[in-house]
Amino acid sequence: MLYDILANTPIPRDLPLPLPVPEWLLIGCLVVFFLVHILFVNLMVGGSVLVFITECLGWKNKRWDALAHEIAKTVTVNKSLAVVMGIGPLLCINLLYTIQWYSANALTGHAWLLIVPLVTIAFLLTYLHKYKWEAWADGGWKKVHLGIALLAALLFLCIPVIFLANVNLMLFPSEWEKVQGFFSSLRIGNVLPRYLHFICASIALTGLFLVGWFGRDGFELSEEVGFTKAELRRIFYKVAAYVTALQFIAGPVLLFTLPSAGLSTALYVVIVSGALLGAFVLWLLTLEIRSSDARIGRLYLVICVLFSAVVLSMGTGRHFYRSAALATHQALIKERTANYEAALAEFNQKLASGTLPAVEQTGAQIFVNCAACHAPKVKLVGPPLTEIAKIYAGNPAGIVAWATAPGKKRLDMPQMPPFAHLGAEKLRKVAEYMLEEGRSK
Amino acid sequence: MDFPSYYIDHLAGGRLIIGLIASLHVLINHPLAVGAYPLLTWMEWWAHKHNRPDVDQLAYKITFVVFIVTTTVGAMTGVGIWLSTSLFAPFAIGSLLRVFFWGWFLEWLVFITEVCLIMWWFLSWKKANTPEKKRKHIKIGVALSIMSWITMALIVAVLGFMMKPGDWNQTRAFWDAMTNPLYAPQLGFRTFFALMTGAVFVWFASFFFTKNKAYLRGWLVYRLSHVTLVSLGLTLLFGTWYWGRIPDVMKANSSVALLTQQFMGWHDQFRSLLGWTLICFLLIAIAGLSFSKLVPRWALLIPSFMGIWMLGHFERAREFMRKPWVIGEYLYSNGVRKDELAFLQSEGILKHSTYVKHREVTEENKVECGQDVFMLACSRCHSTTGLNSVLDKFALMYGADKPWDSAAMTAFLSSMHQSRTYMPPFPGTSKEAEALVAYLQQLRETREPLQGAQTVGVSLPKNETKPVQTAAR
Repeated sequence: MLYDILANTPIPRDLPLPLPVPEWLLIGCLVVFFLVHILFVNLMVGGSVLVFITECLGWKNKRWDALAHEIAKTVTVNKSLAVVMGIGPLLCINLLYTIQWYSANALTGHAWLLIVPLVTIAFLLTYLHKYKWEAWADGGWKKVHLGIALLAALLFLCIPVIFLANVNLMLFPSEWEKVQGFFSSLRIGNVLPRYLHFICASIALTGLFLVGWFGRDGFELSEEVGFTKAELRRIFYKVAAYVTALQFIAGPVLLFTLPSAGLSTALYVVIVSGALLGAFVLWLLTLEIRSSDARIGRLYLVICVLFSAVVLSMGTGRHFYRSAALATHQALIKERTANYEAALAEFNQKLASGTLPAVEQTGAQIFVNCAACHAPKVKLVGPPLTEIAKIYAGNPAGIVAWATAPGKKRLDMPQMPPFAHLGAEKLRKVAEYMLEEGRSK
Repeated sequence: MDFPSYYIDHLAGGRLIIGLIASLHVLINHPLAVGAYPLLTWMEWWAHKHNRPDVDQLAYKITFVVFIVTTTVGAMTGVGIWLSTSLFAPFAIGSLLRVFFWGWFLEWLVFITEVCLIMWWFLSWKKANTPEKKRKHIKIGVALSIMSWITMALIVAVLGFMMKPGDWNQTRAFWDAMTNPLYAPQLGFRTFFALMTGAVFVWFASFFFTKNKAYLRGWLVYRLSHVTLVSLGLTLLFGTWYWGRIPDVMKANSSVALLTQQFMGWHDQFRSLLGWTLICFLLIAIAGLSFSKLVPRWALLIPSFMGIWMLGHFERAREFMRKPWVIGEYLYSNGVRKDELAFLQSEGILKHSTYVKHREVTEENKVECGQDVFMLACSRCHSTTGLNSVLDKFALMYGADKPWDSAAMTAFLSSMHQSRTYMPPFPGTSKEAEALVAYLQQLRETREPLQGAQTVGVSLPKNETKPVQTAAR
């Protein structure tokens, strides 16, 4: 079985340059940086969805519209942080999984490149949406405004699929040969359960974020929002709680649809303890939702800390799965690279010892550089040697001068490129050889 | 290159896409981020010092435009350079990341700071309503201007390194790569080019917000003209220094290249372009100093477009002079390393590649092998039938309507790097060269475009006995 998998698994050569920092440090950076990045991505995606929903609710009830506007103001900031915080994890994964990552990118190439215009359009739409809130507040323009919110939310919901397809595809090199384009890559592994888990996380995290954002000290709600702080806390606690409850379906689906390649006891331990902690957080959330207006929010900090621990355990589990799934592949790549580099070093050593002392090249040998265009008797790209020998009879220096800086004489032939880099000495030799050859033919 | 080959046939393999994304990024980054932030911060400071709310308002409105453009198209094209290069030349970006890790890491930290500062600066502008808050706000602008410049300073180190890695290929030290000899002149050139174009951008943008405020417009234009004039002189100075510093090899190479027929016209164009661009900026700046009211809005577009055009040529020349290297004296533009060239020429590139259909050339599989050789050795610069088509290149030499002699083509492959010094040497055996020629001859008949891995996927050699150590696992 293992042999069959390996037979279809490409084992490429790695880049021979050493890693710039110790591997364990890169792994730590990858896990942490990635979680920071995904936090802002969650807030961007979840935020844009909640903006659309609350603005729809605001169609009949203006206070929801004002709330939607407040959420929209967070999305434009979080989206910039999502992009800039994405560079660190990209840097780490490029170094740690060079072969697998770039291969997945290339195999889903068009979609991967489409990220750039799609994200740019989504960003421009969120700005348009935010800055036209007052100007497009009524009638038909309000519909346009809602349409833009929908379009932006849909784009933000689509783009993560491309990233997920890549992080998924890189894990299964034995499947690469089956991939023909982005859409076929979605059939490999378990992209859809991953996606559902991600979307739930986005909404839940955004809910939790907005509890703190609207509940923070010094934040004054404008008159028109018309929600009390306690009301807003309760609303977004509910969003976080309901969607976190859904994760207890989405999470196991993701876990049980994972291909067996990277499953390990350590993975189960980390994921299950994370899930247990998640259940505890869920219980705390229901406590908060049920508490009085005066007391709601007192557990916020505890919930955030515990939630971070849940997220960290999921992120660690994710890494455990990846490193186990790719352990064999990584080892084989390392071996193939080492073998190649050893053979190369041996070859180069022989070459260095074999060519010493250097033998001086003859005119005939140098002429190889010219033979692609100049034949003895027939016209190839340039004139034949017989013709050259007539023009430059007794004048090898003329050939040297011409070859150093050729002009254009003949309309029916392309201009000759200069050969100054060969040096005057070699050119002289080759010129003498050409005259000799041209005369004798 | 031992990665699946992303390849778009009609766009010279896809290289054009990197070029377009990178150009757009530079065109936004230079005038807007590097050039305009310090000018706008200066406007805010001046308004505060002389109690001129109208100047402050104007600076805010222009900053809004800069804010929107830099945090959308500007940011995403920056990421886009990386994403597109990693598709098209993973061997290059992968190697550069390993050598330049700390540069890139530092760049990331600076970039995070820059993004936070631009958001902080712009979004808190209207909240800075007391002199004390305003002074703090101006300091954010100063910090932002410095960070934008440092971002560029770090990236220029990478660009300069790719042209001439200094002593890097002996010592492989990060610091060597950062202090290469082209660094200072290129950074100076870009800095003052950015200020020059940034000033004209602010000038242009101000037209939209000063319709009935002739006095305000005149006030601003007079000062921006000074910035343009001074930056212009320094752009010229650093530009000259930069060209003087380009290593002899590169220079020789570029003169060879520039003398070949297809680059002859381009070279002349570049020289006159440089001259005309600077003259345009000079005229506009002098007009701004004395009779700015007579300068219409569209007139500012002329030096701006000339600047874009010139910078485009500058980047193209810089990229071209790098050839045949992607990292000087270490890695060729097709992903073959200098030290493995002779090895591959002796043993065969197919033998040591992963994503090929066959590892050995035979009479039956010749054309299929040739196609794989094309993908490995040529496809990073040439397309089959599209831009920079390999068929067009041979048609120039052998005639579009005449039969091509396979033996002559094979001979040409072995020495083409001597007559086309911007091309890497052919990295395979003579059999593989013959296979490539067989493929090209067939391609000439069928003109069937080649598909990349993103469309048709990859194929591995079939019925191949795996190396012993693999089977043993």
